[in-house]
Amino acid sequence: MIRLEDVGCRYRQAWAVEAVSGGFAPGSLTAVVGPNGAGKTTLLRAIAGVHPVAAGRIDRGGLAANAIALLPQASRMDRSFPLSCADVVALGAWPRMGAFAALKAGDARRVLAALARVGLADVGDRLVGALSVGQFQRLLWARLLVQDAPVLLLDEPVAGVDVASEAIFQDMLAEWQREGRTVIAVLHDLDLVLRRFPQTLLLARRMIAWGETGQVLSAANRQRARLSLDPWDAALLDAS
Amino acid sequence: MFDLLFDPFSMGFMRRALAGCIALSLAGPPLGVFLVLRRMSLTTDVLQHGILPGIALGAVFGGMSLLAMGAGGLVAGLAVTLLAGWLARVTAGREDSQLAAVTLIALAAGVAMVSLGRGIDLTHLLFGSVLAVDDAALVLMAGVASVALLGLAVIWRPLILQSFDPGFLDALGGRGAVWHLGFMALVVACVVGGFAALGTLMSVGLMMLPAVAARHWAASLAGQVRVAVGVALASSYGGLLVSYYADIPAGPAIVLAAGLVWVAGVLVGRHDSLLGTLRRG
Repeated sequence: MIRLEDVGCRYRQAWAVEAVSGGFAPGSLTAVVGPNGAGKTTLLRAIAGVHPVAAGRIDRGGLAANAIALLPQASRMDRSFPLSCADVVALGAWPRMGAFAALKAGDARRVLAALARVGLADVGDRLVGALSVGQFQRLLWARLLVQDAPVLLLDEPVAGVDVASEAIFQDMLAEWQREGRTVIAVLHDLDLVLRRFPQTLLLARRMIAWGETGQVLSAANRQRARLSLDPWDAALLDAS
Repeated sequence: MFDLLFDPFSMGFMRRALAGCIALSLAGPPLGVFLVLRRMSLTTDVLQHGILPGIALGAVFGGMSLLAMGAGGLVAGLAVTLLAGWLARVTAGREDSQLAAVTLIALAAGVAMVSLGRGIDLTHLLFGSVLAVDDAALVLMAGVASVALLGLAVIWRPLILQSFDPGFLDALGGRGAVWHLGFMALVVACVVGGFAALGTLMSVGLMMLPAVAARHWAASLAGQVRVAVGVALASSYGGLLVSYYADIPAGPAIVLAAGLVWVAGVLVGRHDSLLGTLRRG
């Protein structure tokens, strides 16, 4: 169980997230939704342990750092770096091989299987710079598969992917749920949230609601989120 | 013709200079490739000016002892690197004007200090001299190159991950700052190691120009490293020959040779060249 107790985080000088309390049960699927600037990414990074918690506390229930896999936004990476796709996916084995050991045979097989799983079996030798935005996103899913962590933190995992790719993602999601992994995903597609995520955390810098998806995304809660933030950003919340 | 290419190296000082430059050519350019990929090319510009006051201070207090100058350069280089990193953080990546200030002050301070110390030849300090490569300098160059090469081999994988996806490394508890600082320490060591032969201003050239040129000839990381080392080796040899016959300092001669390869790459290289752009029309 990952518990948040009155968690607050700063981004530069200002509070990006305030007063978030609740828990992610093992094996649960939770969507984190909210308008732009609501602090979703900051909160996710705080749970991953890469953004400092300025108030309250996060109890990861004794999970090791390696047990939590973070899928960052693709835009935060240097896609021009001359690495092959297979190398990027192999970095998912980092918790097992560390900075210095060689890739084990089992992990090498996992890399190939993961590339095939996301429909990129034939691009292993290509440089990441040659991939489209959607292909690159799928490559990051493959790295996540190789990481094989019990807790998955996904920051906009379907940004820029086509319909066919999103179907692959939904299959993986169902698989993760069967395997009992805990998934926490920042998403903008409320339709996907309603169909696939039983739990939702609605955030607008402060926590608006956290619980069963249908109730959390009620018209009243969306209205509260809209009023909490800039009207232009909040309009996006009503777009779906 | 054959004699023209090999005769100069029958002399001890030329052989030592060549051996030293070969050592630096093996170690510097791989670091340069990472500097280019990490978009830190301009940091080396600050570095080459920044080590001068340290070297001058070493020369003023330690006589012309290579050890004193090298130690001074190392300390000044690390200080400037930390300062540049700090400026980048506090200005949120808009540090260029601050770095320009640091560069100018460091150069002025270095030149002022050199003129205070009697008997120090500024030209040799700034642009290098093959005559300055005595046994001690050769040991310094080879030692620094060995440490830099082994050090880069150790931090190779974390450095790649930190360059490509720093957030992922942080999430794995990967201590990104440690790898970054370790990398910069190797860069500083290599620049300082080259100053006797190449001069403080030109030492960075043997590291950066082959790396920049390599981008036009190879796509993969390993390919760029191989090409960069090859360009540096060829430039060292060619540059030393030109330096000998034309009687110009070794640093500029070697850097100009590497510069020629870069120009060729820009014009007709395999990647991002003028010719390629024209062909695609």
